[in-house]
Amino acid sequence: MDSALGVDRLHFAFTITYHYLFPQLTMGLALLILILKTQALRGRGEHYNRAARFWTRIFAINFAMGVVTGIPMEFQFGTNWARFARAAGGVIGQTLAMEGVFSFFLESSFLGALLFGEKRLGPRGHWVAAFLVFLGSWISGFFIVATNAFMQHPVGYLPGARDGLDLGSLWALLTNPWLRWEYPHVMIGSVVTASTVMASVGAFYLVSGRHTAHGRTFVRLGVIIGLAAALLMLFPTGDRQGKMVARHQPATLAAMEGLFRTQAGAPVVLVGQPDLDRLRLDNPIYVPRMLSFLTYSRWQAEVKGLDAFSAEEWPQNIPLLYYAYHIMVGLGTIFIAVLALAAWRLRGGRLYVSRGLLWTLMLMLPFPYIANTAGWLTAELGRQPWLVHGLMRTMDGNSPSVSAGNALFTLIGFMGMYTVLSILFVVLVYREIDHGPEGGGAAAGARG
Amino acid sequence: MGTLWFCLVAAMIAAYVVLDGFDLGAGIVHLVAARTDAERRLVLRSIGPFWDGNEVWLLAAGGTLYFAFPALYASSFSGFYLPLMIVLWLLILRGIAIEFRGHVDSPTWRPLWDAVFSLSSGLLAIFFGAALGNVVRGVPLDADGWFFEPLWTDFRLGPEPGIIDWYTILVGLLAFAALAAHGALWVALRTDGGLRDRARRIGRLVWWGVAALTTIVTLVTFRVQPSVPARLVAQRWGLVFPLLALAGLMVMRIARGRGADRRAFAGSCVYLAGMLASAAFGVYPCLLPAVTDPAYALTVHNAAAAEHGLRVGLVWWIPGMALAVCYFAFVYRTFAGKARPEGEGY
Repeated sequence: MDSALGVDRLHFAFTITYHYLFPQLTMGLALLILILKTQALRGRGEHYNRAARFWTRIFAINFAMGVVTGIPMEFQFGTNWARFARAAGGVIGQTLAMEGVFSFFLESSFLGALLFGEKRLGPRGHWVAAFLVFLGSWISGFFIVATNAFMQHPVGYLPGARDGLDLGSLWALLTNPWLRWEYPHVMIGSVVTASTVMASVGAFYLVSGRHTAHGRTFVRLGVIIGLAAALLMLFPTGDRQGKMVARHQPATLAAMEGLFRTQAGAPVVLVGQPDLDRLRLDNPIYVPRMLSFLTYSRWQAEVKGLDAFSAEEWPQNIPLLYYAYHIMVGLGTIFIAVLALAAWRLRGGRLYVSRGLLWTLMLMLPFPYIANTAGWLTAELGRQPWLVHGLMRTMDGNSPSVSAGNALFTLIGFMGMYTVLSILFVVLVYREIDHGPEGGGAAAGARG
Repeated sequence: MGTLWFCLVAAMIAAYVVLDGFDLGAGIVHLVAARTDAERRLVLRSIGPFWDGNEVWLLAAGGTLYFAFPALYASSFSGFYLPLMIVLWLLILRGIAIEFRGHVDSPTWRPLWDAVFSLSSGLLAIFFGAALGNVVRGVPLDADGWFFEPLWTDFRLGPEPGIIDWYTILVGLLAFAALAAHGALWVALRTDGGLRDRARRIGRLVWWGVAALTTIVTLVTFRVQPSVPARLVAQRWGLVFPLLALAGLMVMRIARGRGADRRAFAGSCVYLAGMLASAAFGVYPCLLPAVTDPAYALTVHNAAAAEHGLRVGLVWWIPGMALAVCYFAFVYRTFAGKARPEGEGY
């Protein structure tokens, strides 16, 4: 932590982790708002319009947080990771600039129309505004994940001047095989968060006996979409993403799974603690041969353990990587179980009176956030020690001119700033939820 | 190819200053022009549907700068580390102030966010001006194309300059005045009654400051960065940019006297664009001059991305920006006219 590199890493990790709490809701929520608006347009009446307005209010607060915490992300490529920015800018500059041009203009223009223009645009026009905000946010996700996919699995580049990389083929960059599964995995993860939040708020209304008509709508929509999304997270997106890691980052797979020894018929570990001093897993509970099957579709296939790689190729923080991965998978599995049970109880509306299950749904709120964050931790810790996998090491990427003292100054500044933002955010969102979908919002007609 | 992208990025930055300039300026005059809560709400309503989209020009310009001139992006963003981070914090505070002010109706909540909105807008204008001053003056680049500037050193021009010295402060003040006038004209255009009259008066008063500072900064710049007048003498057609700025300044003044708000605001737009174009023309082909050794300067030649990438970029940039302009036309048409106190919105 006393080195500039350490501070720069923590700086990016902290700001990106905080930032992604907001887009992971808004990208999924944009889809759910579009579904509500579609229901209203199909003649289901004011009930769905009210629901859409309520969630648009929540969306707007989250979107504002996402915008203001997102601007620092684009800046940090240059401020703290200047050697990386210079070397790779010829390639990833393309995707980052495309995000600005194709997504940010679209989103910001039509968010205004969505928030302020319901009367001026009419129901159809307003639906189109909702659709374009959805489209903009999903395009944004595409270009960001395309940038990340390049760092995980570089394609479409040529060696350039000053040890840098030049663009070889934009098409190759945008059709990166890594992107093909990472993008849907990330976006559907965001749908899991949004659906769970919606179901959770609905369950809160039902448990507390307020706004029950809307509570039912939220629970129903959240559970159905959430279950579909949770299943898609596992298969095919998660499964294929895992196979991608096995093929292109085998050392990462071994670290994620806690597999120290190369072996045929490798097990999947459910619980256990990696012990790097003795190079083994303590207290393991595992399913024999499962890893071989999941990775290679053969029970006896050989899976490379960490012993097959030199220590320079190992991700640096193996225990954290291992835990992040297991938390993601474990929570994903629990989501499927709870949501499947809830969906089954939806038949005949029994879910709306099952207090135990409603409480469970309500308390599930933070867990998709944890699962998504753990998923990104897995991806980014797993990429280490590389910044661009196989091409540039993380330690060669930070800014040569920014000292640890200056970087720590701004990291502390961000921590303070984000603490204040968090308090404001929680207060405002709670006020909206407490006020509920009926009427015009917690500060009706008073919005700036 | 590098020159073409230099023009495109400069145009995006000019669009940013003209567009976000009016909502930054509205922030600067917010506390003075609008007295009551109702009036302040009107000021915010007049920028409500636009400010976020306007700010996107900064991001899109930054992204485009990154892809076209990666070496410039890397060098300047790390070299201007502290001021950029402070700009980020100000942008965060300002965005939050605009979005969150209306959520709670209380005599402590709203004045607080009004003050945050106004203060952050004013400081942003000064920082952006100072940043431009740094780019024109030049920075202490080393042979590898890196530098680091502290916020200040001895406030003098020299081999070890800080972000703020007397010259960049002067440019910052000019930016502050110019955007204050720009914002006042916008508020006058988009509101009625006492608020409009006060905004007009502020616009009229600040104009003198803008005119005086423009003269001073222009003269000082000719001394600080001799390449600017040299370029203008060598390529006379470039004089069109300062003349454009001057014409804009005059239109502001004349239209002001006749109460033609729309024309006055248009004059201010032309003035801002003309000033920025003059600066860009004056430093070209440098992107970032060096105060250490002129040979270390980052130019459109040594900082540009490879040819293929720049060509491919045109293929998506042109239709992408055409679309963006359509969105803007749509939004500004949908929300044309004076801001109203009641009105929709969640």
